[in-house]
Amino acid sequence: MASNQAEIIHRGEFSSREQEIISISDRVKGISLKAGLAALLILTMAFIALPVVALFLKSPLDKTLGSLYDPMVLDALSLSLMTSTLTTIVVVIMGTPIAYVSARFRYFGKELADSLIDLPVIMPPAVAGIALLVAFGRMGIVGHYLNAFGISIAFTTLAVIMAQVFVSSPFYIRQARTSFEDVDLAFENAARTLGASRVYTFFYVILPIAMNGLISGAIMAFARSLGEFGATIMFAGNFQGRTQTMPLAIYTAMQGDLDVSLCLAIILVAISFVVIVLVKTLTRRMYKNARN
Amino acid sequence: MLEIDVKKRLRDFDLQVKLDVARGKTLMLVGDNGCGKTTLLNLLAGLADPDEGRISLDGRALYDSESGTNLPPEARGIGYVFQSYALFPHMSIYDNVAFGLRTRRMAAGEIKVLVKEHLEAAGLWEIRKAKAADVSGGQKQRIALARALIIEPRLLLLDEPLSALDVRKQAAMRKELGETIHACGVPCLIVTHDLRDVACMGDQACLLERGKIALHGGAEEILSWGSGMDARGE
Repeated sequence: MASNQAEIIHRGEFSSREQEIISISDRVKGISLKAGLAALLILTMAFIALPVVALFLKSPLDKTLGSLYDPMVLDALSLSLMTSTLTTIVVVIMGTPIAYVSARFRYFGKELADSLIDLPVIMPPAVAGIALLVAFGRMGIVGHYLNAFGISIAFTTLAVIMAQVFVSSPFYIRQARTSFEDVDLAFENAARTLGASRVYTFFYVILPIAMNGLISGAIMAFARSLGEFGATIMFAGNFQGRTQTMPLAIYTAMQGDLDVSLCLAIILVAISFVVIVLVKTLTRRMYKNARN
Repeated sequence: MLEIDVKKRLRDFDLQVKLDVARGKTLMLVGDNGCGKTTLLNLLAGLADPDEGRISLDGRALYDSESGTNLPPEARGIGYVFQSYALFPHMSIYDNVAFGLRTRRMAAGEIKVLVKEHLEAAGLWEIRKAKAADVSGGQKQRIALARALIIEPRLLLLDEPLSALDVRKQAAMRKELGETIHACGVPCLIVTHDLRDVACMGDQACLLERGKIALHGGAEEILSWGSGMDARGE
């Protein structure tokens, strides 16, 4: 009897010790998982942040500010801002109805149309550039006829915008399509039964509800346009003041003056940052106003 | 008077309904999920098209496959309270209720008077500036009803109007809703799963089974059918 009790006590002690070991090993596993995730996060952030920080560290402030007055920098800056803004406007005007139709309606060839819209995302920009050239260039299948009327698109500022629209439109349309899909059909139906036409419903109900997504899609398209390089250099060439956007100017300046190149790079980073902050603030304010 | 005689092919069966609802009367539509209740409301509202048949309201055809008449939802003058209430999330309560009047290009002063009247009657005037997302379920239901009633509809459609509320609120809202609907004096169709709704609000009731009317009569008839069910509702 006594020996049985001792055995039970012994077993009890053993199992509690065993439980303690299991709980310690669980804790160690938990801690090592958290540490592993934290290390991964730090590594990823460092990988993204380090090159950006290096840009600022490698370019002395006085030289960077001095390069701001370089005609090449000023030309590239104004051309990039002008073309990217126009591109975003074109993409939004053209892409919004397309995205809405794609989100709400089924029609013959929809799969093909959707795939075609997404194609430029996968297509290498250089391929996009050469494709635009053989379509709209002087000897291109459309450009050939335009040339007969004295209209030449390739190697002009219009070509820069066309290249940017080609590569950046899917970024807007995809985001806008998702935003429209997320708008509950019941809102649309409710508006219609309350007397609103399709157009009124679109502008006063669907568009405001989807607005956040549309704005973020437009930012993506603007940012993609600002950074566009491959298609632009193939289709529009690299002419200062006419087709030389900032990425092209960075590439050109790297052959000679690295300071100019760094200055342009820093401006691009700054613009990207300002655009993100500005739009986020605007969106927040817009929603605050709507709430009041 | 609402007269319905429609047919529509659904995925698994045909929806085939023929019934009338007189002015000031409430018809309760009951039936299993997917039996075609909400589709019938959508056909009446013009949100979906029947394959054939006729829908007329006070003698005017809303849909007639023979003459090719098919009025769009905005021209039907129907008040529809959706199951989710579908209150516009980007608008205040005031703007939600004023929406139907604004689409009719009514003067701002007139809109204010009417919206105030409806919101005060529903006890919502104090919270008119709040967003629809920030109010309780019962208030949402009142807003949706006020929004549908302010356009002075000639027909009222309610899709499970109490299902989003908790049980305690349902009892109070059921009585209130019944009184409001009867005061309107227009034909009304209410989709429900709850036989207490039938007892409290219905003048007549209709049991739909796989798109066909299985039982149609006074609300009491459906209630007596319901009392024959066992505890599991079978």
